[in-house]
Amino acid sequence: MPTLTLLQAVNDGLKTVMRNDPTVLVFGEDVGPKGGVFLATEGLTEEFGVERCFDTPLSEDGIVGAAIGMAMNGLRPVAEIQFQDFIYPAFDQIVSEAAKLRYRSGGQYTAPMVIRTPYGGGIRGGLYHSQSGESYFAHTAGLKVVIPSTPHDAKGLLIASIEDPDPVIFMEPKALYRTLKGEVPEGSYTVELSTLREARAGKDVTVFCYGAMVTVAEKAAEQAATGGIEVAVVDLRTLLPLDEEGVLDAAKRTGRVVVLHEAPRFCGYGAEISALIAEHAIEYMEAPVVRVTGFDTPFPNTLEHNYMPDDRRVLDAIEHVYNF
Amino acid sequence: MDGTDLLTLIEGNGDAPEFDPGMSDEELLYCYGTMLTVRAFDDICLKLQRGGRIGFSIPNKGIEATQVGAASAMRKSDWIFPSYRDFGMALYHGVPPVQMMHNMFGNAEDTTRGRQMPVHFSWTEPIHFVSISSPIGTHIPQAVGAARAFQYRGEDHVCLASFGDGGTSSIGFHSALNFAGVWKAPVVFLCQNNGWAISCPSDEQTASKGYAIKAQAYGMPGVTVDGNDLLAVRQATLEAVARARAGDGPTLIEALTFRMGGHSTSDDPSKYVPKEQLEEWAKRDPVTRMQRYLERRGIWTQAVEDRILAEAQERVAEAARIAEHTPRPGLETIFSDVYADLPAHLRKQGEAAFDLAKRKGDAVAGGGEFPL
Repeated sequence: MPTLTLLQAVNDGLKTVMRNDPTVLVFGEDVGPKGGVFLATEGLTEEFGVERCFDTPLSEDGIVGAAIGMAMNGLRPVAEIQFQDFIYPAFDQIVSEAAKLRYRSGGQYTAPMVIRTPYGGGIRGGLYHSQSGESYFAHTAGLKVVIPSTPHDAKGLLIASIEDPDPVIFMEPKALYRTLKGEVPEGSYTVELSTLREARAGKDVTVFCYGAMVTVAEKAAEQAATGGIEVAVVDLRTLLPLDEEGVLDAAKRTGRVVVLHEAPRFCGYGAEISALIAEHAIEYMEAPVVRVTGFDTPFPNTLEHNYMPDDRRVLDAIEHVYNF
Repeated sequence: MDGTDLLTLIEGNGDAPEFDPGMSDEELLYCYGTMLTVRAFDDICLKLQRGGRIGFSIPNKGIEATQVGAASAMRKSDWIFPSYRDFGMALYHGVPPVQMMHNMFGNAEDTTRGRQMPVHFSWTEPIHFVSISSPIGTHIPQAVGAARAFQYRGEDHVCLASFGDGGTSSIGFHSALNFAGVWKAPVVFLCQNNGWAISCPSDEQTASKGYAIKAQAYGMPGVTVDGNDLLAVRQATLEAVARARAGDGPTLIEALTFRMGGHSTSDDPSKYVPKEQLEEWAKRDPVTRMQRYLERRGIWTQAVEDRILAEAQERVAEAARIAEHTPRPGLETIFSDVYADLPAHLRKQGEAAFDLAKRKGDAVAGGGEFPL
């Protein structure tokens, strides 16, 4: 099985789908001959031609609006928004249009499409190249929100997202694009949406996380193990619709929970996990749920390492809930 | 007149027949020196970035005449709403290079407190050079609002909104021109058509005959100007500013120029910019054109060149030395300036961060490579 970076796995996933399904089109800013600013779409124009992988004018609103039209008319568009931070001009099209099209037309019109977008910090990108805006989308009925954390899942979840009949916001952890390698099967395969993954087993504490934070949690779990604390790391993979049963099972198994994300805390995704556990598993809890998150501030540049949760902060939270 | 006729005043050989810019020798040499300083700043930032001492930079080579020409038509009481490829405008109006370098290093003396990426400057003195945002075109309608405030108070100041050819595809561009046309707002819209929006060529950005022609649809004059001709850019901007100050409303200027470098230090334009196109534009270098003009006017000699260039290089080198030895912003700058007053939840988050640093040590800075 080939070993690929997460970025190569995304590229492989796109090529695999495009070879199998001529209705799949890839477009966005700089995705054509340049292959995208991260090179996620490298070689696509060359292999599939400009009819199937092409650059658009610089308008996120135009990119997403056009994708919706293609999707309702028989194509499977995969639109790239260059940085998740740049998605907001398209917010209206995503939230008011793509998410609600099926509902408002009684199922006559649908938007089976994927919006791929790199998110998160760790590349010294400052306020506008580092954001984690998943909660904006996870708060929107009608969307699916998917975030892979390994090369294997990046390809399998991407293919599943493209094949899915509903609009998917597919957020790629850019900090892992080139730093994380893993085995990726050749050819087509899917990872079922709305299923979480136990990235590491452990009986003492459960850390819920997704995307780039999975590797941070694994690092902290490794350190905790040297201190005799066995930590389970749960990669949520799909934020909406969430694998609620899976979350509750994992929480009940240890009774001690840390929720970890890079996005700001207030109304962040961790609040949903905490509330779910409070509502349905409070009697299993040995300690209050602790959230480790980005601060409730914009994303800084020089001090980004202080902003982003690191193994230091996660380990501190693990020790806190363990010793509670 | 649909705005597509090209205004050129300085010919390639430096001749400017029958045109008197109404500028003193000192003013002309100052403009030229500013262009050389922009280029020196570019060069040193490229080296700093390649050496891993700063994370990122945006090259300005090829755009100097547009930046300096437009800036020279503005008063210090006017406001500039810049893109991220406009710092020559601030330099012209007297922002010291060391302040720019503080931003490049994201240190404690940076006016943005190291929160922004390099080249995302913000100043209120000596001219309002409004805080730069990475999203494209968002600042253009803001310039219209600021101009409306000038109108409301009966002040004759003008806003200059600068953006690239890619910016004209943004929602902000269309909203801004529409509002400004309706309000007769005192705004000058400067579209720097530098050929490429990262890897998207200008002729894939629009199907219209250039960009100035778009002004017609919004009920304002559009002008196309040779962006590598400092005097032409200045003249077109002076005329637009005069109209705006007189209450006659906005103008869209398209400056035809060329981005001789990459989009940024993380971009490799040789992958998509045709070599012939680059060579053709190299022949129209704006600094060389200005130099020839000054020579024909009798105020340029090699000795003058050597002196101005040495001064420019020393200014930016000294600025870099100072900025590199200025400490990082403190941890508290993550939490300040989110609101006017620090709310309780942010105070707690800040205290927790300081407490953790005390107990478990400071966070370790990563060596992230910026891809764009």
